[in-house]
Amino acid sequence: MKNIISWIDRRFPLTSFVKKELTEYPTPRNLSFWWNFGSLAGVVLVIQIITGVFLAMHYKADAALAFDSVEHIMRDVNYGWLIRYMHSTGATAFFAVIFLHMARTLYYGSYRSPRELMWWTGQILLLLMMATAFMGYLLPWGQMSYWGAQVITSLFGAVPFLGDELIIWLRGDFTVGDATLTRFFALHYLVPFIIMAVIMVHLVALHSVKSSNPSGINLADKDNIPFHPYFTTKDLFGLCIFLVIYSYFVFYQPNMFIEAENYIPADPLQTPVHIVPEWYFLPFYAILRSIPDLLGGVIAMTISVLIFAFMPFLDRSKIPGGAVYRPFYRALFYVFVIDVLVLGYVGAKPPEGYLVFIGYFATALYFGVFAILPFLAKKEELWLRKKGLPPELEALIQSEEKQKAERMVARRKAKRARK
Amino acid sequence: MTDDNKSLEEPLVDDPERRDFLNTVTGVVAGAGVVAASWPFISSMNPSSDVLSKATTEASLTGINPGESKTVEWQGKPVFILRRTDDQIKNMTASQGGKDPEADSDRIQKPDWLIVVGLCTHLGCVPSRSSDGWFCPCHGSKYDNSGRVLHGPAPSNLKLPPYKFVSEDKIVIG
Ligand code: FES
Repeated sequence: MKNIISWIDRRFPLTSFVKKELTEYPTPRNLSFWWNFGSLAGVVLVIQIITGVFLAMHYKADAALAFDSVEHIMRDVNYGWLIRYMHSTGATAFFAVIFLHMARTLYYGSYRSPRELMWWTGQILLLLMMATAFMGYLLPWGQMSYWGAQVITSLFGAVPFLGDELIIWLRGDFTVGDATLTRFFALHYLVPFIIMAVIMVHLVALHSVKSSNPSGINLADKDNIPFHPYFTTKDLFGLCIFLVIYSYFVFYQPNMFIEAENYIPADPLQTPVHIVPEWYFLPFYAILRSIPDLLGGVIAMTISVLIFAFMPFLDRSKIPGGAVYRPFYRALFYVFVIDVLVLGYVGAKPPEGYLVFIGYFATALYFGVFAILPFLAKKEELWLRKKGLPPELEALIQSEEKQKAERMVARRKAKRARK
Repeated sequence: MTDDNKSLEEPLVDDPERRDFLNTVTGVVAGAGVVAASWPFISSMNPSSDVLSKATTEASLTGINPGESKTVEWQGKPVFILRRTDDQIKNMTASQGGKDPEADSDRIQKPDWLIVVGLCTHLGCVPSRSSDGWFCPCHGSKYDNSGRVLHGPAPSNLKLPPYKFVSEDKIVIG
């Protein structure tokens, strides 16, 4: 074994790579369990890819056969039910883990300098994930699958001038049909591998800026500990807890996240009375519905997803770290979380009565939170200063400012030299 | 900066502008090539000929009583055929619809027969028949007996398919 490894090492930096990026990789000692979700998301992706490949061996992407082939998987294929339920529950688990991962990033301010690129690659990953989930949802070819795809592809009709042609191009037909199903299947199989590639970028960025930590302050070298065995153990422990919860849903509540309506084969001439998207799209769907205009709704929904990318610009507070030391920001964080939950509830219900108004209000609040953040951050800074910052914090801010100023001076000098 | 770097920054060719020109030309040709090569792939995603050949549908009008409607499939889309009662015709001629005003006479060929594409102009759900028109279950748009939007998020009236009467009780859509 040793000989083989040293043979490889002479040709490829295996040992040194594993040492640098894995076993001896310096990790802040104070990471809480909120830092478990990144690696967990990676595990869920692997589960999805493995179960997905095996499902694809039995699935038929053909409008006439798709629905029956899913039932064939459920009834005839050995352990087909298990593989399918793992895949359908896995989609839910993936979004749950990612939403928690994002909540942690927002709460602890991990999106702030120097981790903006991590946040933005994460945003791209979220979009890719949403696209994959949406296309995968069409494949069982049930009523919800069909009408979900019909409604979402229709959103592109809001694009000025090109709208109608764009919809037909996306569907390959005048309505969602066989052509749509086969292309969604092809792309549903492809995108996860693109996700893999973007995760690599996400990880390279991570290993260059290193993990953030609950204090929100970059730790000194002596406060880091090697990743192995401390965090391999911790991640494994987290994984075990995750698997317990995941297995509960796979074995005892597999249909909790599948609409009953989706066990009726797709019927292009009959829309179900009440159509709802999957739970992870509900808040965005509620925003779409709350704007009484097609184009406006589509724009609002798009912005509601993309707006996270602007966090590093919106939050310009000099107080380091996240919500821990920032009472105003913390309050805003909780308001936002509750607002998203309310939107999710509104999105799940038919748009009737007082719920419509709650939808309006919650939508306004959703964007309001982002709009108020820059001012709130400034106010908060002044308020905290007035109350008196701890001297260490003040020193930290000053040193950051100094570094920034030095970088500026250096850049200006370089510019002048070039001239 | 070290001397090494400096020597790198010195132009390696006598006439750097010619190098720039070559780079630009290469970039432009490559770009144009990629755009041209991607066209067949983009185009392949448009409806294929067999899909396009579903373009016309024949529908018989027999057996529809006044006030009743029937749904037929055209290009995979539902088309509503409504035989209107005299009352309904009167009401519809009198009104201009809602947020997308249009005269009833512009939307029909024969007053008793209203023929519209049964896809909500909001996001493409199939509205269901209600007592005085159609109601879309998805986000609550309402249409009258001329297929005109009355309220809700739908931006425009139900679309009119091209159709003609080939006989008293038969139409060809498309
Ligand atoms: S699709 Fe009919 S109201 Fe939205």
